[in-house]
Amino acid sequence: MVLDFLMNWLAAIPGFVVPFALAALGLLLIEKAGVLSLGAEGFMLVGALAGIGAILGLGASPLAALLCAALAATLLSLLYAVLVVSLRVNQVIAGLSLVFLAQGLTGLIGTGAGWVNRPVDGLRPVPVPLLGDLPLIGQVVFRQDTVVYLTVPAFALVAWLLARTMVGLRLRAVGDGPDAADTAGIGVSATRYGAIAAGAALVGIAGGYLSVGIARIWVEGMTGGRGWIAIAIVIFARWRPWSALAGALLFGAIEALIPRIAAAGIQVPQYFIAMIPYLATLAVMVWTCLRGGGGSMEPRALGRAHLREDR
Amino acid sequence: MSPALAMTGVSKSFDGFPALTDAGITAYPGEIHALLGENGAGKSTLMNVACGLYRPDAGEVRVRGERVSIDGPKAAKRLGIGMVHQHYRLVKAFNALENILLARGASRYGRGLREVEAAARRTCDALGFTLPLDRPVGLLSVAEQQRVEILKVLVEGARILVLDEPSAVLTDREAAQMLDTMRRLADEGCAVILVTHKLGEVKRYADRVTVMRGGRVVASADPDAVSLSELTSLVVGAEVHHARVPARRIGAPLLRFAALTGARADGLRVLNDATFVVRAGEIYGIAGVGGNGQTELAEILMGVRRPLSGSIELDGAGDLCAEGVRGRGAGLAAIPADRAGYALAGSLSIADNYAAGAVLSGRFGGWFRLDRRAIRSATEAAMAAFDVQGARSPNQRAGLLSGGNAQKLVVAREFADPPRAVLAHSPSRGLDVRAASAVHARLRAARDAGAAILLISEDLDEVLLLSDRIGVMSRGRIVAEFDTPAKRNAVGAAMVHHA
Repeated sequence: MVLDFLMNWLAAIPGFVVPFALAALGLLLIEKAGVLSLGAEGFMLVGALAGIGAILGLGASPLAALLCAALAATLLSLLYAVLVVSLRVNQVIAGLSLVFLAQGLTGLIGTGAGWVNRPVDGLRPVPVPLLGDLPLIGQVVFRQDTVVYLTVPAFALVAWLLARTMVGLRLRAVGDGPDAADTAGIGVSATRYGAIAAGAALVGIAGGYLSVGIARIWVEGMTGGRGWIAIAIVIFARWRPWSALAGALLFGAIEALIPRIAAAGIQVPQYFIAMIPYLATLAVMVWTCLRGGGGSMEPRALGRAHLREDR
Repeated sequence: MSPALAMTGVSKSFDGFPALTDAGITAYPGEIHALLGENGAGKSTLMNVACGLYRPDAGEVRVRGERVSIDGPKAAKRLGIGMVHQHYRLVKAFNALENILLARGASRYGRGLREVEAAARRTCDALGFTLPLDRPVGLLSVAEQQRVEILKVLVEGARILVLDEPSAVLTDREAAQMLDTMRRLADEGCAVILVTHKLGEVKRYADRVTVMRGGRVVASADPDAVSLSELTSLVVGAEVHHARVPARRIGAPLLRFAALTGARADGLRVLNDATFVVRAGEIYGIAGVGGNGQTELAEILMGVRRPLSGSIELDGAGDLCAEGVRGRGAGLAAIPADRAGYALAGSLSIADNYAAGAVLSGRFGGWFRLDRRAIRSATEAAMAAFDVQGARSPNQRAGLLSGGNAQKLVVAREFADPPRAVLAHSPSRGLDVRAASAVHARLRAARDAGAAILLISEDLDEVLLLSDRIGVMSRGRIVAEFDTPAKRNAVGAAMVHHA
């Protein structure tokens, strides 16, 4: 009974973790370049709709649908980039506006195209030969879909990119000291455009995975605040990629637990459990402040537009 | 031998305001070439042209004899021109090697980092630099950060080095070390251009000096062949007299520091029973080696730091350190050393900065009213009276003022109402000769009007020049007092012997 509960819970975790993880990873990429990204929820929504739309409208395969999700979010992110990088609009306001824009836009298009509540044949689990037949661990880890398998390599790739390549060095420089980067001959705006586009693609895939991989249906506003949670995860992780994956695991595990507790008839205040990740985020922020910011990889120029001194 | 860098007939204007008119400089390999001038004389503008940050409106630039067009920092780098800016351009979260790699560029990170490390270690050894290459530069001292900057331009292969006011933020010893390094680089065949307004440095270290005034070159000379006063008159146009003007009438004690004890933010006790008085109508100068409690004394007097014990009594206003007492309300004017941090809000307009001084008096309005017209006209009058230049209108951002003009604005605001007591902390730091003497004249005028003036300065010459009495501060207490004129050696000995 307990084992069943555990197995059931653990097997469901990856499905909850992956959207958080990919969205947080994309945000982290954007924020490392010094651009605040409160529009994550909007990128996810657009990705989710584009994924379903690609399947229903174009007859795309689930993986191609995820590519469409990435593309759609990137397109929207270019608008954001024009606003905050080129026009230097306040990044908080631009990010919030973007969310509302995406909510309205996806609602309109989803309804207009008649994609609401139409089930699709989404991503299917791909059991790994042999490993998938292992007891317990096989079911939890090796009977997942392609995106789950690719999540850890994606983190490895971004972590390596940031820490061990010239591209990463330039991107971090733009986020930490745009003036210094400018003097070094690095195109601050171009780098930020690139980071926003690449990061938004990842956030878009996270959204597409929600609709194509998990729900296999489009419902208006279906991201349900997961973009905001991704922002909390990045803060929780103090802008470190692997910590962000750990944060996504924590948030995802708790999200997966809540409905199962209720279903099992256990009497625990579920709102309290839902609150735990946020309490943890607050605790991390307080702890970071008390330590004087030591260990945090928060970009110093986060949220600040770059303007070369004219004189 | 062809010059390493030859700039001729360079002109540049900003919004129709000429910053450079037919200016130029010729620097040879193997020499330290000083570019001397007041704040706003156009030195930095000329060098920014050389480094590709500004495009000149007219003029010719030759590097090693070849005529070139420097259309950006990258082009300057390719030509072997490297600039160490006054405000360092370093990514604080990166260590020295990452910063150098960022500037130098590489096709592959790992290999680039190894190459940079090898080159940096070689250069460090050659120059005798001790520098932690693997710590984030944000954690390094100012002098170490400057070494990272120098290292950066050298590893990039610069043979023409431009240093913009390199000694402004260094202690005397660090500055001497840095200048010795420059001498060594010159001996190895680099051309070093030293942008400065310190005449002493020019006399001691430069092989040639080019003097600029008002955007033009007024002289190019051998520093050994001209006297200090000749150099001074070249810089400011007319000779400035450094004469002491003694106090006219010294009255009763007005500002009493009694057993003042204070600690730094990290808990280190830096003020120990500091006790002294400043009388009405005198300038009391505090001399001392930096870091002996002067900054904390100034901060406590300004009210931004609380003392552990002790008091500062201003006659008739009570203890300035007591809860709810505001120095400004009691007639205290403050000229802080940290102009950008404490004295001005750079992103606000000149008028707003000026009006901020009158918040307590309510001259420009109360809680719900702000008299913009009065602010504007008062600011314009003050800018004219205190000779604040370089601004087209009071609505311009205060951050755009040069150091000297910013300080004049601070003085204008602080002296808008005749103060009863004045704190002047390093009032001429970073100012050229003319601006400094303007500030000094204002302090003397306030003194002669009966104010008690506390002057804190690490520049002993300034203390000797201005003070009517001198207190030497060491380890947080006044260890000796001198009446003026005081013997420079005697004061210097007191500063050092108690340290």
